[in-house]
This record gives sequence, C-alpha cells and structure tokens, in this order.
Amino acid sequence: MLNAERRRTILLLIPIVLVLVGYVLYPSIETLFESLKKNGAFSLQNYVDFFGSKAASNLEALWNSVYISLLSVLFSALIGIPLAYIFNRYDFPGRQFFSNIAIMPIVLPSLVGVMAFMFLYGEAGLIPNALKDLFHLSEVPFSIGGISGILLVHAYTMYPYFYMTTSSALNNIDPSLEEAAYNLGSNRLSVFWKVTFPLLTPGLVAASLLVFMVSMASFSAPYLLAGGFRVLSLQIYFSKTNGDLDMAATQSVILSVVSIAFLLFMRWFQNRKDYRMASKGIGAHRSEVSNPFLKWSMVSLGIIAMIVLLLPHVTLLVLSLVPEGAWTWQTYPQAFSFENFRLLFEDTNIWDPVRNSLIMAAIACAGVFVFGIITSYALVKRNFIGKNLLDILVMIPWALPATVVGMNLILAFNEPSAFSFGKVLVGTFWILPLAYFVRFIPLVVRSTNAVLEQMDDSIEEAAQNLGAKWFYTFRRVVLPYIMPGVLSGSLLAFVQAVGEFPTSVLLYTLGNRPISIEIMNQLRMFNLGQAAAYGMIQVGLIAIVLFISYKFFGVKSENTL
Amino acid sequence: MSTVNLSTITKRFGNVTAVKELDLKIKEGEFFTFLGPSGCGKTTTLRMIAGFYYPTEGKVKFNEKDMTTVPPEKRNTGMVFQNYALFPHMTVYENVAFGLKVRRISKNETKSRVEDVLNKVRLDQYIDRQVSQLSGGQQQRVALARALVIEPDILLLDEPLSNLDARLRDEMRNEILRLQREYGITTIYVTHDQVEALTMSDRIAVFNFGECQQVGTPSEIYNKPVNDFVAAFIGETNLFSVTPDKENEGIAVFQSTDFDKSIYVGHTEENIGSYVEGEELVMSIRPEAVRILKDSDDGNNVFKGKVSLVQFTGASVHTYIEMKNGALIRATDLNNGPSTYLKEGTPVSFQLPQNQIRVIPKARE
Repeated sequence: MLNAERRRTILLLIPIVLVLVGYVLYPSIETLFESLKKNGAFSLQNYVDFFGSKAASNLEALWNSVYISLLSVLFSALIGIPLAYIFNRYDFPGRQFFSNIAIMPIVLPSLVGVMAFMFLYGEAGLIPNALKDLFHLSEVPFSIGGISGILLVHAYTMYPYFYMTTSSALNNIDPSLEEAAYNLGSNRLSVFWKVTFPLLTPGLVAASLLVFMVSMASFSAPYLLAGGFRVLSLQIYFSKTNGDLDMAATQSVILSVVSIAFLLFMRWFQNRKDYRMASKGIGAHRSEVSNPFLKWSMVSLGIIAMIVLLLPHVTLLVLSLVPEGAWTWQTYPQAFSFENFRLLFEDTNIWDPVRNSLIMAAIACAGVFVFGIITSYALVKRNFIGKNLLDILVMIPWALPATVVGMNLILAFNEPSAFSFGKVLVGTFWILPLAYFVRFIPLVVRSTNAVLEQMDDSIEEAAQNLGAKWFYTFRRVVLPYIMPGVLSGSLLAFVQAVGEFPTSVLLYTLGNRPISIEIMNQLRMFNLGQAAAYGMIQVGLIAIVLFISYKFFGVKSENTL
Repeated sequence: MSTVNLSTITKRFGNVTAVKELDLKIKEGEFFTFLGPSGCGKTTTLRMIAGFYYPTEGKVKFNEKDMTTVPPEKRNTGMVFQNYALFPHMTVYENVAFGLKVRRISKNETKSRVEDVLNKVRLDQYIDRQVSQLSGGQQQRVALARALVIEPDILLLDEPLSNLDARLRDEMRNEILRLQREYGITTIYVTHDQVEALTMSDRIAVFNFGECQQVGTPSEIYNKPVNDFVAAFIGETNLFSVTPDKENEGIAVFQSTDFDKSIYVGHTEENIGSYVEGEELVMSIRPEAVRILKDSDDGNNVFKGKVSLVQFTGASVHTYIEMKNGALIRATDLNNGPSTYLKEGTPVSFQLPQNQIRVIPKARE
C-alpha cells in the first residue's frame, strides 16, 4: 500500500536523485569510462602507462602528493594542537583575543593566501629582502618555493582544522573527568596521557584525515609555488591542457580512489569511536597562570603568533594600495593610493571578473540553497531504502578534489547529454555555475543536517496534530527552524564559490572568467597591486559572511569547516 | 467530545510486536490513563489514536466513526508531547494560535480564544514571550493551552510531567485535572508514574509487553489487581509464591515454601482473583496491611521473624522482617513517634489479615 507519507518521500527523492545522478554520479562514471579507453577502444593501457616506466612522472607525482600530505598533517598538528591547548586551558591577559585571531587563516581563500605568501616570503618577497637589507647580505637569506613553500602554505592554511577540533574537544571534556583522575591519585602528566589525550583522539584523527584529504586535493599552492615539482592534482591539469584527456581521466580516477578511500575510512572511524559526554552542563575550566615568567612568555607567544598569522592579511592590504607601475625594481613599494579599488569600479575590464564571479556564485548558491534544504530534509527526516547510498552520493563532491570535479564535468558535458538538455556545456557560461553548485552541495547539506538533527520529530508531529498539512508544516515550522543553518551554509558556499580556483581554471571561458583567473592574469603581468585588490574583495566578503553567520545565526566559526 | 473505541488493535514494527490485540472503550469526558513501564506499548497506542502510526490490524474509532487510516491533521485531537514540542521560533501567542490559524479562524476570534486559554493556564502575562524564555512548568502550560485552544475531541497527553521536578509535578497534576474538568474533554494520559495514574484517572489501563493487563478504576486496580505484575507495578507489595491446599467454610488454605504454616485467605472475590486450574499462583499483601503484633498470638496467619531493617521515611515507618528461612516481608505503619520504632534484631510476630490478602495468578509473558 502506498500511503501519503510514502508518496511524499518518493516525490521528494525524485529531484534529488536526478540531480545527484546527473551531475555527480554520471560525470564520475564518464571519467571512469574515459580512463578505460584508448583510441576509442576499451583497454587498461592508461593504467599501465600510469604505473609503468613509460611515464615515471605520474608515479612520482602520486608519491609526492602523498608525502606532502603526510608532512602537512604533521606540521598542522604540531602548530594546531599546542596552540589550542594553551589558549583553551590557561588564562592569561589577551587570551580571548588571541584565540579569535588563531582562526584568521580561514578568511584567506586558498589562491589569495598563496599569493600573499609569495609576496611575503618569495624570492622577491618582503621578508627575505628586508632581512637582506637589515643585515647587509648580498643574497636573500631564504625564500620559499617548491616543497618548502607548499608545506608552509599548507601548515598555515590547514592548522585551523587541528586548532578547532582540539579546542572544541577540550571544551567538551567534562572537567570532572580530569578531577576524578586527580582524586584517584594521578599526577598531571598521567592525567593528560591517560584521560585527556584519549578523549581528544577521535577529533585528532578526524582532523588528520581532513588535512590529508585537503592537501591531496590542494591545487593553488602547487600551481603557484611548485616550480618543477610534480603533484597529482597539478598533473591532471597539465594532462588536460596538453589535450591528453585519457590520461587526465586516469589520473583523476586514481586521485579519487585515494580520496574516497580516506572518506570511507573517516566515516568508519567516526562511527566506531564516539565518546559522547554523558554529563550535561559543562563549564570551561582554565587554570590561571600565576607564575609571572610563564604568564608573560605565553602573552608574547600569543603576540608573535598574532603577527605571523596576520602578516599575510596585512601584506595583501598594503599591496592592494600599490598602483600599477609604482613598484617595479625597488625592494619596497613606493607609492600608495586607492587607484586599484577605483579602477575596479570604473574600468569595466577590471570589474567584469568580479561581476562574473558574483553572478555565477549567486546562481550556484541559489541552487545549493534549494537543493540543500530538500536533500537534507529527506536524509534526516525520511526513511527509505538506500538512504546510506544517497548519503554517500551527497558527500562525494566533498571527497573529490576540485580538479577531479572539474575533469568529471569536462568529460561528461563536452558532448550533448540528457542532463545538459542535449547541449554541450563545456565552453559555455553555465559550466562554471554548475561546477560551483556540485562542489558546494555537501557544505550546505551538512550545515542543514546539523540543525535538522537538532529538531525533534515531535515538532513536526505537533504541527500535524494541530491540523496542519505537510506542506504548511514544512513552510511554517520546518523552514523557519532550519533557516539559520541553511543560510549560513549557503553564504559560505557563496564566498567560497567567488574565490574558487581549481575548477575555474579548468572550465572558464573568456566570457565568464572569474576573479581567481583574473588574479592569475594580473600576476602574470606583474600587476601585483590589482591582484591584491581582487584578493581583498574576497577577504572582505568572507569576513562579512562569517560575521553575519556568527552574529545573526549564532553559528560558531569552528562549525563552518 | 468523543468516545474512543479500539478494537483488536495490533501494531508490529518489523518482527517486534509493540501492541497486541488491544480492545478498549474510552467513554465520553473520561480521564483515562495508560500506565506501564517503558517499552510496554502505551505510547505506541497513543500515537495510533493520534494518527502518527497506523495499526497493523484492528480499528480505531472515534464515536463509531472509523478513523483507522485518517491522517493526523484531520483527527482533531490535541496532543501534549513529552518534550512539549513547542515551536522554538515562535512566541507564546504564535504557538497557541498555530492550530487556529491552520483552521482559518478570523484574527479577532483567534486573539480572544488565545487570550482566553492563556488566562485559563495562568500565562496571560507571558503572551509575547519567546518560548525559550519560559521555565519548564510554563512551557508545559503553553503546550497544554496550544492543545486545548483548538477544542479537540480528544486530549492526548504523552508523559507530560516527566520532565518537571517533583514539586512542579504536583502542581501541574492538579492544573491538568482542573482544566480537564473545566473543558470536559475526553482525555487519554500516558504515564509510567503510578501516583499520577492513581490520583488523576477515572479509569486506568495497565500495560505490559504490549498487552493490556487490566482496566479499572484506581481503587479496583490497587485493591483487586488481576495478576502479580499489576500488584507489583501499582503501589508497594509483598509477593510470595503459593499453592492451593484445601477449602472449607468460606476460607481457602494455601501453602508457601516461604512460610512455615498454612495461609488462610477469605474465599471472596476481593481476596482471590480468577485463575485457571494449574496456573502458578502468587499471594500479594500490601505492606500497610501487615500487622506487627505486640505479643505473640496463635491466631490464623500469625508468623514469627526478626526485625532486619527499620526505615524512617517521615510520614511512615517501614519495618523489614526476616523469617526463619530467610524470606523478607515489609510492614508499613504510620509514624507514631520514636517510642514505637522497633530495634533491628528484635524477634517479632506479625499477622497477615485474611481479608487483606489477595491471591492471583502470575502474569504471562
């Protein structure tokens, strides 16, 4: 018997499944097929080429990707965990302020962040040259590039994952657990190792996997800093630009397999180890630092960390004020003005990329907003067969590196298909909004899930009991309830789409080139000021969105990752 | 107002039978309670009446009208949920007005009805508050008001007091009863708290393992339980396995391994429940019926033992007596001052009055 409930679930699922199959599953399968084809016939030749001696560079790139990712995890953990411990467990002047600063790297979009690092620590960077002048050296004492550059950028941009998970785990630990251990006769060290640390491990493992996946997928840092150094995400891009789509597909499949394996491992791990605190009403407990030496060394640590963390932002701001041609051979910029920002609004050539990005991000954002609500509602509040499968399908774009998402879309829509209404999408305006949409589905679904899971089923039942039909209930009760989560997720998707680089570089056309592409153009023309000004727009947008989310939706910044 | 008629209702979830062949008739205007431990099927039954579940077998009728598969929004029942299920993004007024708005009642009438009901639950001064700003008891009253304002045919209350502290629970008990009397609505109340059930209900249905064990007024349920589950679940009692021995002159005689002598029980309907030949039997005697004797007496049902524990609870004193073979029996007396408390270890005699004993079969699982 097909009752009303069942019918409604099916009606909800039809569009969800259509979209996911059409724009997530079908492109992935196309890529897989492409990788199994050589000169139009089925063959495993591509994989033989990948692992064979013929193209050692591929294997080298895979190996490089893995070991850079492992090192990124290590460095991020080494920075993030101690910082979180100090800022959350000890009380000293300025603690609150420093802990707010500690998450500043998340307001730098990846491409903009890498750019700022180049300005700061690169060959012509401000810091190495300042040191050179200061100590009258003949050469710059150091500069980043290759592995060291990538690792530095990764550590800077990814340590917040560790910082945030550790902070929230520390704040969720019931102080009485540690007190119980002291009461039973443990000393400080054994309390940390036997009680605190084991309680942190689930979070730390999750953060490690996350950082590993993010740096496997990392594109901007190697793109700008790698030099001759090969990583897999970049190899895909090179294969594609060389027109070797088969190889690009093969590389995509291999990178996807690694990423999805990690995603599945992460899900399994999170389900296996779940220490949820049984007690309610946890109060933070921080020890006041009374030893003046210790206290002031912590304060100075905080100040140093603050300077290092904010230096990229400051550099960006300063450079955005340098007009074109005002800084050529000199070590330091000479003149400052608002010229770059003025041009943004007056020169249509310079404004166009911003407008393109805003329009395309807005389209994608509207899409994920609607799709996110429906999908999340179906996943959290409805029961149906294959729910787990759907859940995995939703998360795939999150696990897939952006480069792979881009490749999938190229391979799926460079010929007419039912899902593109019989048109070729590659090379048109619509391919980029679609890519952004696919990329940010998981983000919105996850942030909506989080609120929806908080909503007890009885709320909907109460409305129904009072006589409200399903749609009325959904509109008047469910929607207002989940709106903060959906909005903050969609806004975040919006700003990330504005700054999105890897899929843009694969899919843009001259007509719809977004900000990130224009930043690269300006860099190529050594117009650093204009590039930095574009960057500042993105930083400003992200800062506004984070502020709105925090202020009006009560979303804590650590939940935004 | 409606009667509710459940006929041979069965609800299965997969392999688990949550409710089994339940037959119930709830009268118009009655305060009817489903009482039982958690997982006994009482909430499932309530949700079938509300329409959130459809029974696997059987029929739900309101006033002879078949409601078995009518969706919840068309049943005109008012339900109060265990967690109140108030809409967190609405004010008190908006919460209460929700059901009226759905029914497209004019603004003016909505306003006067909401004000009226909030007056009745004594929340009129909180009308514009956000529900999150209210205390637990106040939220509870908003939930009640929201259910009452739509003038439901049946009021359904799902453990509404379980989230309140003890003092507030007492207060709300009277409040709910007062409102129910005032509106005269047929009310079904689900609880696992026997005190709530006994003090509030016109009739109680005791559930266990998805089956209704007994339906009756509070005094019937307490004084004439049909089996040992009902006897033990409602109020305190002492239970001992017994076997029937013989019967003469209106007195039935039973034997128990816990007692060294025969037990005499008045052969009346009050004292001996109905059972089938060969069923395992149990004797139940309430602690307040056990009489501790000043001096040993050789009457019927007088046994010897020694005091093993004296518990002072304020209004009453519990005395645990251990018999020779180790069986414990509890006697409860009103507090008559320290001089009447027995010392632990004192040998005593006690009597089980033969008209206070109830012999009943063991509950089937």
